[in-house]
Amino acid sequence: MRRLAALPALWLALCGAAPTVLITDLSQSRIDINTTFKGADLLVFGAIQYPAGTVPDAAPDIAIVVRGPAEPVTVRRKERVAGIWINTEAVRFESVPGFYAVATTRPIDAIADDRITAIYEIGTGNLQLSPASSASEDKTRSFERGLIASKARSGLFAEEPGAVTLTRNVLYRARIAIPSAVPVGEYAAEIHLIDKGRVVASSSTPIIIGKSGFERWIYVMAQEQSLLYGLAAVAAALVAGWIASVVTRRL
Amino acid sequence: MDLYLPIAEMSVNAVVIILLGGGVGFLSGMFGVGGGFLTTPLLIFYGIPPAVAVASSATQITGSSVSGALAYWQRGQIDLKMGGVLVAGGVIGAGLGQIIFRQLQKIGQIDVSINIIYVLFLGVIGGLMLKEALSELRASKAGAAPAARGRRHMPWIAALPGKMRFYKSGLYISPLAPLGLGVIVGILTVIMGIGGGFVMVPAMIYVLGMSASAVVGTSLFQIIFVTAAATLLHATSSKSVDIVLALLLLAGGVAGAQFGVAAAQKLRPEKLRLALALMVLLVAVRLLFGLTVQPAELYTLYGPA
Repeated sequence: MRRLAALPALWLALCGAAPTVLITDLSQSRIDINTTFKGADLLVFGAIQYPAGTVPDAAPDIAIVVRGPAEPVTVRRKERVAGIWINTEAVRFESVPGFYAVATTRPIDAIADDRITAIYEIGTGNLQLSPASSASEDKTRSFERGLIASKARSGLFAEEPGAVTLTRNVLYRARIAIPSAVPVGEYAAEIHLIDKGRVVASSSTPIIIGKSGFERWIYVMAQEQSLLYGLAAVAAALVAGWIASVVTRRL
Repeated sequence: MDLYLPIAEMSVNAVVIILLGGGVGFLSGMFGVGGGFLTTPLLIFYGIPPAVAVASSATQITGSSVSGALAYWQRGQIDLKMGGVLVAGGVIGAGLGQIIFRQLQKIGQIDVSINIIYVLFLGVIGGLMLKEALSELRASKAGAAPAARGRRHMPWIAALPGKMRFYKSGLYISPLAPLGLGVIVGILTVIMGIGGGFVMVPAMIYVLGMSASAVVGTSLFQIIFVTAAATLLHATSSKSVDIVLALLLLAGGVAGAQFGVAAAQKLRPEKLRLALALMVLLVAVRLLFGLTVQPAELYTLYGPA
C-alpha cells in the first residue's frame, strides 16, 4: 500500500520538474587537416539549464570527454633475449580509441566513485579496451598500462583534471589539445554533469576530423589508386632528380 | 616551417627534413654512396613511422640516383647487359623482400629485424672498408704502389654454368652470379629502404670481379630500377609511400650532394675511404647500442594493419 502511495509522487517528480539539460557547442565541428596542420585547440563550451532556473549554491562537477574512432591495437612487450631487446609477448585490444581526452573540474576520483567513472568511461584507466587474449588478469592489466602510457606520451590520451572552468555554476568551458598525429574520423565530445557523485545530465556532440585539400587528395590517391600513386611517386622522383642534374650542370 | 605529411599522418618541420636530406646528400656526394642506410634510421629517429620511412626513402633514392646515372651514361660507363641481369634479380628480390617484410610485420619483429640486419651489414662492410683503407694508407705512406689484385673473381663464381660475355664489365661469367647478387640487394632494398650501393659496389668488385670503370654507373642504373620497383610494391601493399616526405628529402639531398662532391675534390681518396669506413662503423655501433640497452618504454603499439 505504501509503495502505491509513493507512485504519484514519483510521477510528479519525473514530469512536473523538467530535467537538467546540458547545452553544448564547439569552437569548430569540423577540424580540417591541411598542409600547415600542426594540431588544434578544440574549445568545448556551453551552459547548464537547471529545472525552473534555480541555480544551486554548490558547484556541480563537469567531465568533458573527447574521443576518436576505436580500432584494434596489438601491444607488444620487449624482453631481453640473448642480450638484445626484442618483442616477445603480445596482447590484442579490440577497441582502443584513436584519441581520448578528458577534462574535469576536479580530480576524477574526487567527482565520482569507481563504478560511475567506469560506466561512463571517465579517465584513461576506465576505458573498456576489450582485451582479446587468454592472458591472466595481471598480465592484461600491465599491458593495458603500457598501452595507456604509450598513447599518453604521443599526446593521444590525456587527462586534464581542473581544466574545466565553471562560471557561476552555469557556464562551462574547456580547451582540448588535439595533436598533429591525430587519427582521422568521426569524433564525439561527451559532456557529463555530475552532482554529488551522480551523473544527472549528459550530452554528446559530433566532430569530424578529416584531411582536406592537397592532403586529402594525396591520401585518397594512395589508398584508392595505389598503383597509379606509386607510378606517380616514381615519376616525380625521376623528374626531380633529372631537373636537379640539369640545374647543377648549368651552375 | 611546419608541414603535415599526408601519409605519415604527422606534422614535421620541413626545414629539418630538408637539412637531413642535405646532410645525407653531402655525405653521399662526398663518398659516392646512396646514403639510404643513413636516411632511414634518421627518419625513424625523428619519429616517422618505420614503414613510411623505409618506403619513402626508397622513393627518394630513385630520384637521387638519376643525376649520377645520367652522368655515367654520357661517359658510356654503364654496362646495360650486366645492369639488366642485376635489375631482373633485384625485382625478384624486391618481391621476396616484400613477403619477408609482411611476415616480420605480422609477428611484430620488423623493427628489431631491420636493426639487426643493419648492424650485421654495416658492421661487416664497415670493417672490410676500414681494413682496406688502413692498408692503402700504410702503402701510400711507404711510397709503394698498391698491390695488384690476384684472381679476378671467386672460384665458385667461375664454376657456375652458362657463361655469358659482359663486354663493358670485362667479364665472361654465368649470369646466375649477378642475378643472385641482384636478388640479395633487392631484398635489402625493400626491407631496409636502401639503394644497396654500399653492398652492390664492393660485391661487384670483389665477388664478380667487374672492371672498376663500369661498377659505379651500373650500380646506380640498377638502383634506379630496383628502388622504383620497391616504391611500387610499398605503394600497392602497405600504402606507406609519402611522396611529400620523399620530395623534401630529395630537395635537400640534391643540394647537399653538390657540396659533397666539391668537398671530396679537396680530400685525398684514401682518407675519404677511411672516413666513410669509420662513419659506417659508427652507425653500426650506435644501432647495436640501441638494441642492447634497455629501452625507455618496453611496450610498443601496433595498429590493425
